[in-house]
Amino acid sequence: MLKPKTLFDKIWESHLVDQQDDGTCLIYIDRQLIHEITSAQAFDGLRQTGRRARRPEANLCVPDHNVPTTPGRGGTQEIEDEESRIQLEMLEKNAKEFGLPYISINDSRQGIVHVIGPEQGLTQPGITLVCGDSHTATHGAFGALAFGVGTSEVEHVLATQTLIQRPAKNMRITVNGSLPFGCSAKDLILAIIGKIGTAGGTGHVIEYAGPAVEKLSMEGRMTVCNMTIEAGARAGLIAPDEKTFQYLKGRPQCPKAAQWELALEQWRKLPSDPGAKYDTEETLDVSEIVPQVTWGTSPEDEVAITSVVPDPAGVQDVNRRSAMERSLEYMDLKPGTKMVDIAVDKVFIGSCTNSRIEDMRAAAVVAKGRRVSDSVYALVVPGSGLVKLQAEEEGLDKIFTEAGFHWREPGCSMCLAMNGDMLFPGERSASTSNRNFEGRQGPGGRTHLVSPMMAAAAAITGHLTDVRELIN
Amino acid sequence: MEKFTKLTAVAAPLPIVNCDTDKIIPARFLKTLTRTGLGKNLFDPLRYDPKTGNENPKFVLNKKAYRHAQILIAGHNFGCGSSREHAPWALLDYGIRCVISTDFADIFFNNSSKNGILLIKVSPKELQQLMEGAERGANATMTVDLEKQEITNSDGDIITFEVDPFKKHCLLNGLDDIGQTLQKGAAISRYETANKAATPWLYK
Repeated sequence: MLKPKTLFDKIWESHLVDQQDDGTCLIYIDRQLIHEITSAQAFDGLRQTGRRARRPEANLCVPDHNVPTTPGRGGTQEIEDEESRIQLEMLEKNAKEFGLPYISINDSRQGIVHVIGPEQGLTQPGITLVCGDSHTATHGAFGALAFGVGTSEVEHVLATQTLIQRPAKNMRITVNGSLPFGCSAKDLILAIIGKIGTAGGTGHVIEYAGPAVEKLSMEGRMTVCNMTIEAGARAGLIAPDEKTFQYLKGRPQCPKAAQWELALEQWRKLPSDPGAKYDTEETLDVSEIVPQVTWGTSPEDEVAITSVVPDPAGVQDVNRRSAMERSLEYMDLKPGTKMVDIAVDKVFIGSCTNSRIEDMRAAAVVAKGRRVSDSVYALVVPGSGLVKLQAEEEGLDKIFTEAGFHWREPGCSMCLAMNGDMLFPGERSASTSNRNFEGRQGPGGRTHLVSPMMAAAAAITGHLTDVRELIN
Repeated sequence: MEKFTKLTAVAAPLPIVNCDTDKIIPARFLKTLTRTGLGKNLFDPLRYDPKTGNENPKFVLNKKAYRHAQILIAGHNFGCGSSREHAPWALLDYGIRCVISTDFADIFFNNSSKNGILLIKVSPKELQQLMEGAERGANATMTVDLEKQEITNSDGDIITFEVDPFKKHCLLNGLDDIGQTLQKGAAISRYETANKAATPWLYK
């Protein structure tokens, strides 16, 4: 009998082009997503060496990190910030020169790479997909091996359609139970990162399994896989199932008719075999969790919203203690402060973690019929033009604007504050994004990571809030 | 890519755990179209006051003894966070050619070796010894010998290290990955022919 294989093993083996005696592998890359921030130097490298893109049609270029999200933003030429405009023009020029598919800022399909890949059906089970962005892990929600790469690797994929890699170790996180009222996929993944730590997955690909994961929608699964990198793992994976196939059926880049049936037959063979071995295993029950929130400057610095800011004094590990002390100083927080007593200045609902239609709906449930606090500036940034259109068809934009939220055009926005949406020194946010690093949302800015419902609740009350007290 | 063979230089101690790529080079500096010029903003949030822009005298690279450091002795999980290759570009532009820690984030690790920066993993005890060695300052240089896989601490003690044989080969010879992979063009074409037959919808 054949050795049982994991989902990761199966994808890895089916993409192996060559293996050297020293164990270094050359693996085939099926798809690459390209955005403006990490690609200019790669195209430049190709030009300098006279190389072409091996399979232009295997790529998709879209501007996202740097684009303004202000209503009526116009085209690339109208962008005021010169550096941003030049970088965005460069992406368009490079896509043309190398013959790569390109979605412009004015196209209704434009959006964050990790939102539009699945939306367009480019993301499919069993494929390898890369992007010069660490949150490429998102696409693992479809059972695709998807990981972030640097610019040299973007160039390597363009030129050769392959990458030089070593196989990752297999890790499985089994999530039992059911998410309780007021908790979402975001709370689930924050709880996991809190448990295994920000380096807990280093060297591994994490497969998420168990009833709580199976019950998640595709949007929820994307949120979970998206933050895999925040646990240090190379990629996240979830076995494809009927929910996955249903999401993909009919998407523009998905196979059709007889090829769809052929694809389904292959995709159904992907889930890990019974008895497959994992190098590392973790188990978590989410039945008892409460909404999560971060207090520090690493995604592992998370607590229940019902809890208090932790005290480094009781921590044995000297490195951990000094990191906590530094975090608290940066965040301007005192140990023992109730999390719900922390006031916020800005609220950001968006990013590749939480900007899909389900996230918009969840935040709207909380926003409906309420008012954003006078002390808060709150913005909702849909992940793509198509998410925006759907939300508007459902009337969600009205709910948000009537409550005093700003309804924006799609882009990465305040997740990494490259486009003018940002925190000023000393300002504090509740944010549905993925990183609370120092300065991430602007120099001197302070970030608390939360779910879309929790972010909306903080916008209403003006401080971090247990959303369960607002909605019953 | 510049070769890495043997380096004797000042080593700066940076005992911060989980030093993320936003600390190494914040996103607002990623609007550049080149690989060079990022050194002045390396560790920007630690090196400069966010309000005044003045140098923070407490930060290690602002101290006279460490301004010309070429080696960093860093805390656990250095380079976590984003995939921005601007992080190794900023290190390189500043002059850092080698970082030593107990662990590195995977993407940062890959990105660094593609830019001629040697990353070395050591045990927590060895890191402690090197951290103490680095704290001796400008007259206390360390030597990193990639061929022998040895670090000579400022007190003369020798620590050996492991390195991926392929990465070692590339670093010692300054080899370009793409050039090497293109030599396997026939194997890639064979793979594509078979793959196209199995999953034709991926080849539209």
